[in-house]
Amino acid sequence: MPGSWPLARRSQALAQRGAIFTRVRMFFQEKGYLEVETPFRIPAPAPEAQIDAIPSDGWFLQTSPELCMKRLLAAGYPRIFQICRCWRDGERGTRHLSEFTMLEWYRAQADYRVLMDETEEMVRAAAAADSITYRGGKIDLSVPWERISVRDAFLRHTDTTAEAALAAGNFDELMVDKIEPMLGMGRPTFLYDYPASCSALARLKADDPTVAERFELYMGGLEIANAFSELIDPVEQRARFEAEAAERARNDKRGYPMPEKFLAALAEMPEAAGIALGLDRMVMVLLDAQSIDEVVAFTTEEL
Amino acid sequence: MYTAADLRKGLKITIDNEPYIITHFDFAKPGKGQALYRTKMKNMITGSTLDRTYRSGETFEPASLEDRVMQYLYKEDDHYCFMDNTTFEQIHISEDAMGDAKNYLIDNLQVDVLLFREKAIGVDVPNFVNLRVVQTDPWVKGDTSGSDSKPATVETGYVLRVPPFIEEGELITIDTRTGEYSTRVKG
Repeated sequence: MPGSWPLARRSQALAQRGAIFTRVRMFFQEKGYLEVETPFRIPAPAPEAQIDAIPSDGWFLQTSPELCMKRLLAAGYPRIFQICRCWRDGERGTRHLSEFTMLEWYRAQADYRVLMDETEEMVRAAAAADSITYRGGKIDLSVPWERISVRDAFLRHTDTTAEAALAAGNFDELMVDKIEPMLGMGRPTFLYDYPASCSALARLKADDPTVAERFELYMGGLEIANAFSELIDPVEQRARFEAEAAERARNDKRGYPMPEKFLAALAEMPEAAGIALGLDRMVMVLLDAQSIDEVVAFTTEEL
Repeated sequence: MYTAADLRKGLKITIDNEPYIITHFDFAKPGKGQALYRTKMKNMITGSTLDRTYRSGETFEPASLEDRVMQYLYKEDDHYCFMDNTTFEQIHISEDAMGDAKNYLIDNLQVDVLLFREKAIGVDVPNFVNLRVVQTDPWVKGDTSGSDSKPATVETGYVLRVPPFIEEGELITIDTRTGEYSTRVKG
């Protein structure tokens, strides 16, 4: 049986991880954000088609603290952040752990463009460096970072369009095989304006409702964060959840109760933007780790 | 039958009626998109390789292989020789077909020889094997380079990273699924 060396050899990575977490918390304190904690075990996760929650004694382990944090926004907390564990069933690979650490922050009276600027600031503060090396390539962290729309990324890196790929059913494959590996090389990249159908909780763009005001951050080909201008229309949100739930049913996936308290609170939520950032992944990039296993104390398999 | 969620390095599946072993595996999921299972695999008969990406819900038949417990005898040119301890029958397997297993072969090691249509095409070694360290640099006390491991060569010629405190002549346990050092064997 394995001894304690696999654990002991991570001591440097875990020390650096701890220092990064400290800098992240300092960043948000200085920006006037309140650190909050919300329950890990919840009765109704957001019904998203492709995200599977792990059942827990009739309820579920959270896949994200999103719904509880938006209820706090609706209750009048204008700037909040949380560092917490999230669980997603069946997600395991060199960049995935079924139980992982998420950083989410929400800001009232802001949109996704404001969050892009703030994400640049936050990652720079966490890195405490002007450039890093990841997988043999240098990533320059000086701002502004690259910004490219999903539409333009398909035109640049594939021989089809985002719309045609969605219709043909190979949008995700092209994203993984052709586009993601090209993003965030040399400097970080914000990929923005996702097709409306890929954005269950995001606001549609006023001047182009075929896309949602959503972005993802990439560094060295690795997806680090997902953000959007929040949808605050409860009627539209319920319709989107029903569509996602129907998709889950079509794919024989477990159904979730409708998150009624969240939908009720949405009517009182101010205009806001929010972001979910995979902290293990950000640590991976900052430490030049090959696998997510190198930056956590225990993987599931080691328990 | 396997599903896409069962795919992992080392799994053996049937594609177009031939046995393939997965040599690289990773899980991918574009934000809010569906789970994708990316594999590289090797045809266990021809050695040719294949890159395939699968979606959840896809299913696979296990490779239809027979396995027989045999004992490793010796290496001759680029072939490895094994013997069935009951029938005393001997078989040879090429170095190519051995894959990583050749890193762990010491005399008399019991392995599962894999047969496809009665032809030996590979072996499965135990998950953990004990091998003796034949070369590694001594650990300099007070070394401040911050290095948490050093290279070591074991009796099969295989080189891997071990903790600084491991010395020549020591017996160590290696996890054959990852090829990595696992623990020191005391005594």
